[in-house]
Amino acid sequence: MSSGARSRRVPAFAPLIALGLAVFALAVLPLALGARPFELRLFTVIFLYATLGHAWNILGGYAGQTSLGHGVLFGLGAYCSTILLAKTGLSPWLGMLAGAALATVVGVLLGFVGFRLRGHYFVIATLVVAESVYLLFSGWDWVGAALGLQIPLAEEGLASFQFHRNKAGYYYIAFALLAVTTLLVWWLERSKIGMVLRAIRDDEDAVRSLGFSPLRYKLTAMALSAAICGAGGVFYAQYVLFIDPPSVLALSLSVLIALIPILGGTGTLVGPIIGAAVLIPISEYSRIYFSGSGRSVDLLIYGFLIMLMAVYRPDGLASLLRGMPSLFRSIGAAARRHRQRSV
Amino acid sequence: MGFLFALIAIGLTLIYGVMGVVNFAHGEFLMLAMYATYMAYATWHADPLVTLPFVAAGMFLFGVMVYKLLVRRVLSGSMYSQIFATFGLMVFMQAAAQFVMGADYFAVRDSWLSGVLTLGGLTLPVPQLASVAGASLSTALLYWFVFRTGTGRSLRAAAQDRQAAATLGIDVDRMYALAWGIGSACVGVAGSLLANFYPVFPRVGVLFVLLAYVAVALGGFGSIHGALLAGVCIGILQVIAGFFFDSQFKYVPVYLLYLLVVLLYPRGLAGRA
Repeated sequence: MSSGARSRRVPAFAPLIALGLAVFALAVLPLALGARPFELRLFTVIFLYATLGHAWNILGGYAGQTSLGHGVLFGLGAYCSTILLAKTGLSPWLGMLAGAALATVVGVLLGFVGFRLRGHYFVIATLVVAESVYLLFSGWDWVGAALGLQIPLAEEGLASFQFHRNKAGYYYIAFALLAVTTLLVWWLERSKIGMVLRAIRDDEDAVRSLGFSPLRYKLTAMALSAAICGAGGVFYAQYVLFIDPPSVLALSLSVLIALIPILGGTGTLVGPIIGAAVLIPISEYSRIYFSGSGRSVDLLIYGFLIMLMAVYRPDGLASLLRGMPSLFRSIGAAARRHRQRSV
Repeated sequence: MGFLFALIAIGLTLIYGVMGVVNFAHGEFLMLAMYATYMAYATWHADPLVTLPFVAAGMFLFGVMVYKLLVRRVLSGSMYSQIFATFGLMVFMQAAAQFVMGADYFAVRDSWLSGVLTLGGLTLPVPQLASVAGASLSTALLYWFVFRTGTGRSLRAAAQDRQAAATLGIDVDRMYALAWGIGSACVGVAGSLLANFYPVFPRVGVLFVLLAYVAVALGGFGSIHGALLAGVCIGILQVIAGFFFDSQFKYVPVYLLYLLVVLLYPRGLAGRA
């Protein structure tokens, strides 16, 4: 009812205009940031993590299957394209397809096994798989073991997926990844698949009794989620130009990927974007301001903030946004009252 | 080692069993207990065996404090907010340890329990033997408390049905605090025993707790018998695997075992339906 009242006051196309303005602002931003590589990097990383957050959100937020092993899918993508590039010279763009495909296959296999489990048993299973892959890759010489892999340098340009002097290329690719993923999730939210996924989250047995196969839908969600994660991993490899198990397969990465949509709000389109936009700057800025001492003050702050969020915003920051219209209305009402009194 | 895993896992499963919250900071509780043991050793030359009861008592209070200050506020929230409250605590405690103690490794040297015991042709390291004894003793004590005393019965009642227990006049909030206290005291004991033969550093908890999660899930969430059984199994398997694989791979079979078992028994070896 209240949304009906609101839509009468605000033209229906207002959000679209705001969205267009935001996209335009982000598109021209690198021109303004030309001389500020730190901020350019910050935004690139935010886009990447928002994309990964979307990927997690498809499986964790909409379908309710909490995974703490998504770092594996990300890492496999990164390793896949890097090895293909190093051993066969395959273009990283095709490597991105290959990485996404590999992550999808592994993700679906994992799902096939793991989706028989529920609740914490599934969470621990994903955690265990992530840690096993981490250990295996740390000791496997063919993939560089603990030393990691260097991405072979190439002439910079869009074709080689490498930009050395001006990193704006990475910015736009990450932006495009985020935009495509956001559109995908937006479509998914409205599609039948999205509906069934949400129903599975709320009551899996009811979905089964209606004649849907929960496993098939969960596998679909896993495939989408894994493909995006794999592609994100390839982007990371090309961006940083060096990968090793601690940077692309670590448990902390898996947890961060889950933390972003949870912080922003699970099962919402804006959740992962808000989560990344809040969490990444906190971690980056606290790192540059405090980590010089080697005393990990950055993590101290980060951990404390996560606890605060869990206590005071258990539904994620997106719930703040939803409360916004009523907040504005109450502020407006208060201002009117104040004006009447002063007149 | 298996018995220590079991003791750590039992602390975890007690907390989970009573209130359905997985404590992701459990490994950092272990780390805190180990640092406390080390500090007592470094400052007063107190043997880990002497400090053990104090560490256990201190960890009990710490667990109750964590419950009162943090966990109680997210009890009504979703599983996510609980996971991330304790996850945030984990990051915080790790960072705090590094802030205060630095990233160095500290080890307790020449404690009362050092050396080896030769029994027939077998050479057994004393600290590990003491750990088996200490862990078994604490587990037995815990059993007695949970299954044979009135308070233990109230604890189990609060675990089974919060509302019904409250109707019967059981102070559920107090029972929850008690579960956190006892669960933390378990890691306190484990930490003191472990400090006899394992160095302490800020990330020491991560390895142990991952295995403890596996033990808890393997045994079935909330089952003390299951956690004991699974903890010992994991300890044995890890030692056997250590003979056949590089030491860095020796945990992989443990993880595979978990996947295999939950495929056959989706609720763990002794899980409640």
